[in-house]
Amino acid sequence: MANTACFIIVGRNDIPIYEAEVGSAAKREDAAQLHQFILHAALDVVQDLAWTTSAMFLKSVDRFNDLVVSVYVTAGHTRLMLLHDSRNEDGIKSFFQEVHELYIKILLNPLYLPGSRITSSHFDTKVRALARKYL
Amino acid sequence: MAPVGPRSGDAIFSSIDRVNAELFTLTYGAIVRQLLTDLEEVEEVNKQLDQMGYNIGIRLIDEFLAKSGVSRCVDFRETAEMIAKVGFKMFLGVTASVSSWDADGTCCSIILEDNPLVDFVELPDTCQGLYYCNVLSGVIRGALEMVSMKTEVTWTRDVLRGDDAYELQVKLLKQVAEEYPYKDDE
Repeated sequence: MANTACFIIVGRNDIPIYEAEVGSAAKREDAAQLHQFILHAALDVVQDLAWTTSAMFLKSVDRFNDLVVSVYVTAGHTRLMLLHDSRNEDGIKSFFQEVHELYIKILLNPLYLPGSRITSSHFDTKVRALARKYL
Repeated sequence: MAPVGPRSGDAIFSSIDRVNAELFTLTYGAIVRQLLTDLEEVEEVNKQLDQMGYNIGIRLIDEFLAKSGVSRCVDFRETAEMIAKVGFKMFLGVTASVSSWDADGTCCSIILEDNPLVDFVELPDTCQGLYYCNVLSGVIRGALEMVSMKTEVTWTRDVLRGDDAYELQVKLLKQVAEEYPYKDDE
């Protein structure tokens, strides 16, 4: 499992709708802000890159010291972003694909408003389990 | 006398027109979503769903009787079996079971293991009091009222609220005798 990993989902209107620290490293006070900052900075790169390819998985789009940002863009332009320090591309790809499936299930829930925060605890548990499995 | 009629709805189910399950589920979801937006109060939504179900039920019973070819049920027990085995199969494609009869046979539970209405659904914190499938209880109430049985239908178990099955309690309040609105000599 990766030492540091921060996973967020950004809705199409650039609002983060889900966040999770899924790394195994001990939590540092300022780490969460730093991770958010790096991911936020990577959004611009994603915007440019998303239209240059038909693939959903954009691989690593940005880096900061030893941290890498990998991104997966869904058809509805929701971005699944992962900040990590591991080099396991296949695992990350599978992780994104499975989270995408989970996200679709959330989206199909008639009581969920697209673009609003994902509060489902079931989703949270599943994402963390996937992170343990693949990252 | 044993009633003539099917013991299960399989044959009828395979012969009537059907609609894609996801389309059905999402359409129902959209209705509930809209009701929540319009009425704001979860209690009101429950009431409205029940009323909509009632309106469906009083029409659906005719369709049911016409297509299924069942004859008059001798008692309430048989009625409940008929709803669970034939009715649910015909219109929802699932089979329910009947249990928990009380001593005088006027109150029972219809248990659904599988419910196509709730695929994908997860109740958010803001609608905890919602009976998502309340339309079903209305349908049963409406349909039975048209065949002169006043009933009260309530949800006792709901998977969306953390139970392991869907359970509808159907309680027979009274059997209304058929009466004619006119007198013979008029």
